[in-house]
Formats: sequence, C-alpha cells, structure tokens
Amino acid sequence: MSFNIVVCVKQVPDTKRITGDAMKEDGTVNRAALPAIFNPEDLNALETALDVRDRFGGNVTVITMGPPAACAVLRDCLQRGADRAILVTDRRAAASDTLATSYILSSAINKLNADLVFCGRQAIDGDTAQVGPQLAEKLDFTLVTYLEELIDLTDGQIRIKRNIGNGWEDVSAKLPALVTVMETANTPRPYAIKRVNKYKKARSIGEVAGEFKKAGIDESQVEVRMNELNEKGLVIDSWDLDYTQADLEWVGMAGSPTKVNRIQSVVLTGGDYEEISATEAGIAKLVGELIEDHTIG
Amino acid sequence: MIEVNKQGEVWVFAEQEDGHLSDVPLELLSKGRELADSLNVPLGVMLLGNDIDHLEERLGEHGADKIYKVKHEKLTHYQTTSYTAAICSLIEKFKPQTCLFGATAIGRDLAPTVASKMKCGLTADCTDLQIGTHEDKKKGKTYEGLLYQIRPAFGGNIIATIVNPERWPQMATVREGVMPMSEATKGRKAEVILHDAGIDDLALPVSLNEVVRMAKKVNLKAARIIVAGGAGVGSKENFKLIWDLAHCLGGTAAGSRAAVDLGFIDHDHQVGQTGTTVRPALYIAVGISGAIQHIAGMQESAKILAINSDPKAEIFGVANYGIVGDLNEVVPMLIKAIRGGMSVKTGA
Repeated sequence: MSFNIVVCVKQVPDTKRITGDAMKEDGTVNRAALPAIFNPEDLNALETALDVRDRFGGNVTVITMGPPAACAVLRDCLQRGADRAILVTDRRAAASDTLATSYILSSAINKLNADLVFCGRQAIDGDTAQVGPQLAEKLDFTLVTYLEELIDLTDGQIRIKRNIGNGWEDVSAKLPALVTVMETANTPRPYAIKRVNKYKKARSIGEVAGEFKKAGIDESQVEVRMNELNEKGLVIDSWDLDYTQADLEWVGMAGSPTKVNRIQSVVLTGGDYEEISATEAGIAKLVGELIEDHTIG
Repeated sequence: MIEVNKQGEVWVFAEQEDGHLSDVPLELLSKGRELADSLNVPLGVMLLGNDIDHLEERLGEHGADKIYKVKHEKLTHYQTTSYTAAICSLIEKFKPQTCLFGATAIGRDLAPTVASKMKCGLTADCTDLQIGTHEDKKKGKTYEGLLYQIRPAFGGNIIATIVNPERWPQMATVREGVMPMSEATKGRKAEVILHDAGIDDLALPVSLNEVVRMAKKVNLKAARIIVAGGAGVGSKENFKLIWDLAHCLGGTAAGSRAAVDLGFIDHDHQVGQTGTTVRPALYIAVGISGAIQHIAGMQESAKILAINSDPKAEIFGVANYGIVGDLNEVVPMLIKAIRGGMSVKTGA
C-alpha cells in the first residue's frame, strides 16, 4: 500500500510567552515582539503522518499558508522526516478568516491527490479548531476530529480512537479522510542529525530572492540557485493562488464573512490593587466595571 | 449562505447524547432569549436525534418558542455528515439570523462544518454575545442589529468583537458554563415543527465501533469564573452562598483545602497546590485567608477579588480587588448587584 499523506502546519506567535511590548498602544498585537513557533498540535499531526508512512507506506507532504518566513516550519518538517514541503503564499490571501483559509488550503490540496490529510486540532493564536473541519468539508473528505490513536489503516478505511472529552470513540472512516490530532496523541520524534544538516539549506524561491536582494546579488542568479537546490532536493515549493486555481471571490478579506468590529487589549493586572467599600454602591461600581471589561456577563 | 434576514429567528442547537440534554443548550437558551427579545424575533432550537420527544418540555420551559425537530435513525448518534445535512436543510428552509452551538467536542466538529457548507462566518468560544451596530468605513456602510461575537484571542491577551455583516446565518460557539442558565418556567411550552431533512438516502462515511463515556467530573481548569470559599464561610450550609454566587455568574464553585477538610465541599473542587491549579478570568476568594499553597493554585487568575473580614489576610496581597467585610453581608450584595447589572446591560 502507498498513501499520499498531507499535513497542514502553521507558524504561530508564541502566545504563551507574551511580554509587555506584545501589545501596541492601539490595542493590536505586535507580532514582531512575539517569537514565532511551530504550532504545537501540528507537530503531533506531523508525527502521526510520519508514523502512518513508516507503518503502512506512502509519502508525506507538508503544506502551510503564510509569508516566506513561514518556511521555517516547513524546514522543520523536512528535518523531522517529511518528504516534500509546499508554501502557499500570496498577498491576496492576507486577512483570510478560517473559511477563506480552508478554501485556499483546499485549492492547494486538491492538486495533491491525497488519501489522508492530518491537521493539528487547533492553533494557539486563535484556538478556533475550525480550519480542520472546514477544510474537510471543502475537500469533501470524511472528517474525523480529535485523534488519540490510529488503530489501523487499510485500502479504503482508517480506524481511529478519538477523544470526545468525557470519553472516547472507536470509529472507522472511509478514505479519503481528514483527521485532526490531539496533543496527547503522541510524542514527536527527535530530529535525525543527518536530516537537520541537509534540510537546513532548503529554501523557497521567495526566500532565495530575499536573501540575494539583501546580499546585492543580481536577480538573474535566483533561478540558477533554485536549479542547484532542485538537483539536491532542497526546494520548498512555492504556490500562489493562480497556481492553485483558487476563485479569488472566496479568498482574503473579500472571501471572509467574519469582520473585526473592535479589539480591546486586556489590561494585564499585577501589582495594582483597589479596595472596594463593603457597601451596595461600592459593590455595584465594581460589578459595573467587571461587566464593562467582559470579565463577567 | 442565506441572505440577510432581519425577521430571521435566533436558534440554539440542542445538543443531546442518548436522549440526555447537556447543560450548554440550556445556557445558550438563556442568552438566546435575551438576544431574541432585543431583536423582537422568536427563539428556536434545532433538536436532532432519534429518541428526543421527551426533551421538548424542558426546552420550552427554558425559553424556546419553537422547536425544529429532525427525527431520524441516522441521527441516533452524532455523525458529522448526517447532522450537518439536517442542520443545513433547516437553515435553508427557515432562514434563521443566528445559530448558536456549544463549544463542545460535538459543537466544535459540527458548527465549522455547517458554516463551511453554508459559506457563512463562525466565531469560536465566545465569552459574550450582544446585539450592536457595525460600521464598515471602507464600504461606507452601517449595519444595525448584528450579533456581536465577543471572544478572547491571542492567548487571552486581547478581546475581539467579531461580526458577520452580510453572509448569514451569524454563527457562534460558546463554551459550557460561560453563559449563566436562567431558571425554568414550569408549564411554558414551545411549538414543535417536525422537519423532513431528506436524509433517507444519505451515505454515512463513518461507522462507530465502540463508545466509552466517563462519569462527568467537575472541570475547574476550564472554568472562566471561579468562586472559592474557605474556612471563613463557617459551615456546609453557609457554603450555599458560594454556590449561589457561582451560579449567578455562570461560574464554578470551589474551595480551599481548609474548606475541603472541613467537609464544606468535595475534593474535586479544591483549588491549590494539592488540588487543581486554575487560571480563570475571574477568581473570587471568599473567606480564604490565603495560605501560600492556595495562592500557588490561583495567583495566575486574570482578576482576583478577595472578600475577607480580616484586612490583614494574605489573600489581599495577590488580589486586584479587595472587600473587607462580613461575607454574609457582602456576598448577597454582590449577587444583587450582578443580577441588576446584567439586566441593565441586556435591557431585560
């Protein structure tokens, strides 16, 4: 058997390490001040995919949508054992919500003849857990959420133990299927030193162009360099929306039904202390403040 | 997607398993009732399953005006495919303006799939829902009466208000325990509309081999608001004050080790080093002196309100707000202010 396996990964700001300058004065997030990391549960999705390939045969393609800098997570995947990496990058994809993101990813994955797609259950920047299910719907793949253990895989069917919060289910799902993976499913394997050294040189065309521009190397050399990388199997494919044949009506800001009405930064407390008088007036004022800042209500 | 439909109803998904309703739909009905009243439209529920007739009474008593019922053997157990088909069929026929789902294992599987199929927006894990106006400066358009979907983002460092101005229905999920559940009105009845979703020939790509469910335990870690009592509460009977305050906030009751050792509350509810470490949005410590073991388990809460009669109690050292006074007077005042404050906000 040989399965075409795709893993969706995301580079995210490390929201667990928020520092004081993480928020700008206007209340928006200062992404530059946040270290970018591999979304934790996507590592578990990758590990599941590598395990499937090793146990049942096939190949693993990792895909991410983002700016050229997002290649960092793709390189990481290659170093951990993925066979191929694809960056979907296009300015027109900016400001996509989960629905538009799922649509764009589906336009790319439709080119890959996938039997199985693995996604982390959710990403730590938004915690929505929506892209996995929505991508399954767009691809018309069978959706299985919350993988805890992959029990078996046969020609047309995958058997999975899924975590349903207050217990678990053992289900069999028809292929092609999209599976979201929980953090508790496995421990990502350590890097192999050989792969680390080899794939640290992997680049996308956007990265090479950027590096050459910075170093003052002529633009015409980019193609030469990409050909060299290609011979060594070190190219991170770079796809735009023309290549994936995405319908532009459904991408980016225009393709996103949700809009941001307002952003409020949470006042990080610490040290400040206010004594409230034990009177009806004092308590009503406190409750008013807590309702106003959405702590309660 | 459906067109913007101001006469559309507000709908809640009545999540049930094996004929048992979970708490989330009832909590959502309380919030849905407020939203429907302020929009002057009926409140409906989507009730799907096979053995579900007996649930109608409770849904009516908790505020539903209409129950859209889809009864089918393919809906006996939750399956993404059959539930999505049935809900999309309901939405296309009755065109609700808003659909709310619990952010449960089922809701977080179902709601995104429905939203994708309907090509409409969805906001996950809302902590508040309101009705308001949205101005799109680029388009020079103002939208009235939209659903404000309010949620923390970026690890809780910002609060975002999201709207879906044009592609309806407006959809949101809400975590269990976030919205306070209002009391049932005995005898209140909902109109039942039986709907044929046309799923007789639907093929189900997933088959269920086995299901194991564990008894539900209190999940302090997931609570957004925790009201914890200590030895100062005095007795198990008096601990009712803690439960009352927790209920009116849609929060969870907890206790210090002293309160657990004195038998005021079960060990499952213990916060602290030997209990559970919690980081809720609001932690209210009532009659807790503030031993370091307790503080270790709750100091990372976003906001801490301490109520204690001893102004020198350690707990005030980690608190953002402190009320020095007799908890038997302060807690009832707090409950009254919260009930009053919420009704002002919602215009009820």
